[in-house]
Amino acid sequence: MAKVVVITSGKGGVGKTTTAAAFAAALALRGHRTVVIDFDVGLRNLDLIMGCERRVVFDFINVINGDANLNQALIRDKRNDNLFIFPTSQTRDKNALKREGVERVLSELRDQFDYIVCDSPAGIEHGAITALYFADSAVIVTNPEVSSVRDSDRIIGILASRSRRAERNEAPVEVNLLLTRYDPARVAKGEMLTVEDVKEILSIPLLGIIPESEAVLRASNTGTPVSFDAESAAGRAYLDAVARFLGEQREMRFTTPERRSFLRVLFGRA
Amino acid sequence: MGQFRNLFRNLFSPPRPSAAIARERLKIVLAHERAGRTAPDFLPRLQKELIDVVARYVEISEDMIRVNLGKSGETSLLEINIEFDGAKPRPAPPRPNLAAAVPPAKPG
Repeated sequence: MAKVVVITSGKGGVGKTTTAAAFAAALALRGHRTVVIDFDVGLRNLDLIMGCERRVVFDFINVINGDANLNQALIRDKRNDNLFIFPTSQTRDKNALKREGVERVLSELRDQFDYIVCDSPAGIEHGAITALYFADSAVIVTNPEVSSVRDSDRIIGILASRSRRAERNEAPVEVNLLLTRYDPARVAKGEMLTVEDVKEILSIPLLGIIPESEAVLRASNTGTPVSFDAESAAGRAYLDAVARFLGEQREMRFTTPERRSFLRVLFGRA
Repeated sequence: MGQFRNLFRNLFSPPRPSAAIARERLKIVLAHERAGRTAPDFLPRLQKELIDVVARYVEISEDMIRVNLGKSGETSLLEINIEFDGAKPRPAPPRPNLAAAVPPAKPG
């Protein structure tokens, strides 16, 4: 049974698209057929982060409007055969995503894939609500910072009241926290909320901690999901988070400041 | 004197970590917002009517009444907080003339 996972946060700039790309890539690495969909109509970016921007021909809106079929629009990742990208339209606006159309496309995707990862736009308007409406599971991307935590709390409330599962009185959307841009050195100095603080305030299970890492910008520069970079701390953190998502027990890493080894300092690897 | 004390305090006690301040602020604002999210829609009206009633007796402003619907175990709890301190009592409102309001008894 395919699972629809929404990557959401309320606040912009916290790492939703980075997470959607890394999460989907990590699921594919684990052997699951995975598609990652860009719901940010008008502000397409997942294609760049996934490195397939020059291969986009048809998009989400084309498929919804019946101008193209699904398989014409899906882009197969060149690095992993289990991974597909479903880009959105750059020219339309967010209201072009009609709920019935999205439902039809999702049910077609459910037949082909194990996981459907939805990259939500920021905000709590039409686009974001459409992205979370059909979710079975949600990853709440949060930075250890007051405005991000508050917006996450708001989105958790919306998932509990306005998702399809809520409207139909079904089992609630499963929500998990992913703490991104975590800087253990600043946490140690009392300059940043701790992972325990955020967990306690939002009171949802923690899927993982992604440390602030140079590897994330490097990955986006080159159009590579950061989880394909298993050398980097952020890449390993995403692989861990997805392993936990799949039910594995893994100890939390990157919670304390990392001592940089002499060799690493010498060769400048993050 | 006060300034001197502040200077003294700044010199000798470490500043409160800003993360601790962030945590406290978040806890307070979210407690408030969560309560508002689940509130039934009659609460603002109830609050307004309560203010009207109380205002007949004491001078009171809108932010002095807080109405919350909470839960304590299985029981729903309607919590009404009225801040009173320093509120000036109003002169007693004229009592309606009860005798006049009662229709005269019909002769049996």
